Amino acid sequence: MCDTCGCNITPGNKHLVAEGGKLEVDASGKKVVDVMHSLLHENDHQAEHNRHHFNARGILAINLMSSPGSGKTALLEATIDALKDKYNIAVIEGDLETENDAERIRAKNIPAIQIATGTACHLDAHMVHDALHNLDLQNIDLVFIENVGNLVCPASFDLGHHLNVTLLSSTEGDDKPAKYPVMFKTSDLLLITKADLLPLLDDFDTARAEKYFRNLANQSPIFTLSATKNIALDNWLDWINEKIQAHRKNLAEHPVDKNHMHHSHDHHSHHHHHI
Amino acid sequence: MHELSVCQSIVDQVVAIANNNHAQAICKIDLAIGPLAGIDIQLLEHAFPVASAGTLAEHAALATQQLPIKISCQSCKRESEARANHLVCSHCGDWHTTIISGDEMLITSVELDVKEDAHYV
Repeated sequence: MCDTCGCNITPGNKHLVAEGGKLEVDASGKKVVDVMHSLLHENDHQAEHNRHHFNARGILAINLMSSPGSGKTALLEATIDALKDKYNIAVIEGDLETENDAERIRAKNIPAIQIATGTACHLDAHMVHDALHNLDLQNIDLVFIENVGNLVCPASFDLGHHLNVTLLSSTEGDDKPAKYPVMFKTSDLLLITKADLLPLLDDFDTARAEKYFRNLANQSPIFTLSATKNIALDNWLDWINEKIQAHRKNLAEHPVDKNHMHHSHDHHSHHHHHI
Repeated sequence: MHELSVCQSIVDQVVAIANNNHAQAICKIDLAIGPLAGIDIQLLEHAFPVASAGTLAEHAALATQQLPIKISCQSCKRESEARANHLVCSHCGDWHTTIISGDEMLITSVELDVKEDAHYV
């Protein structure tokens, strides 16, 4: 969402903008100022800046979101094994504590930065920006951002990534899209993970999960796979290939304005709220 | 619990606006938050005193307007109201719909106390 051109103002909310233009000070010394800015204006601004960092280098950035323990890091390990000869990959890991996930990625000889958020329940665009400055993005094709395991808060924060992928593991229950609609509404792809366990679980119905997901008016694809047992990874890998090609084609047709980098590149003037 | 981060972002923005207008204080902040924004309004109201303490927004009233979720159907072209987890056309039952309202997360306006420096306006 953009705050400068008026595209925040939609037919659904335009009645909120006060009519009559510039408002005067009333008799009691009160003045009302129209704002119409996103609540997360500063984050959104930083996210756009991050996206320019990625686009200027031809990088596709994918944000992985899910509950804790649904297999995000295992998916990354399997994806790296399958694609590391084809693409240069880097990973940003978000967790409250520990370097464990970054160490698992580095064990595959892939650069990984761990963001330890402390008490914060989500990554924000400033944290990702700081991480990008500690990551050598030269020749990188694909960046995965593994968000904090949480089906609520990460959905509200643009990090500057291009695509959201949400994982739903077979051990969690097929009604998660109905319970956490904001998260699943934002998904550009839904992955049902731990498919190897599906025959053992009589309460997870993939058709029901799909129905709850479609009830959110989400037309994105749904793939069922197992990263650790290497089951049905092809759809996921093909999807990544397709998205990288589409991103490169888009950047070739709409080259990045590198001047933009300079006018907003005031790294240290932003507030860094990590709560 | 990201509502505290959201509150800090609100306070930063309204304090900047107050400073630009040479205001003495911020009286009221009007917000529009849709059910699909992923923001719990009660938690936001609880977090606001913490985020605004010691700033020009410290005594500001937070007025939140929640818009209904409205969708437009791509099949039958009609509009209907919907629930956050059921964005399906109430006329024809198709899930190929587009959100018209209900995902807002906006500061719509701020009311400032400018009485001592009114000549700046």
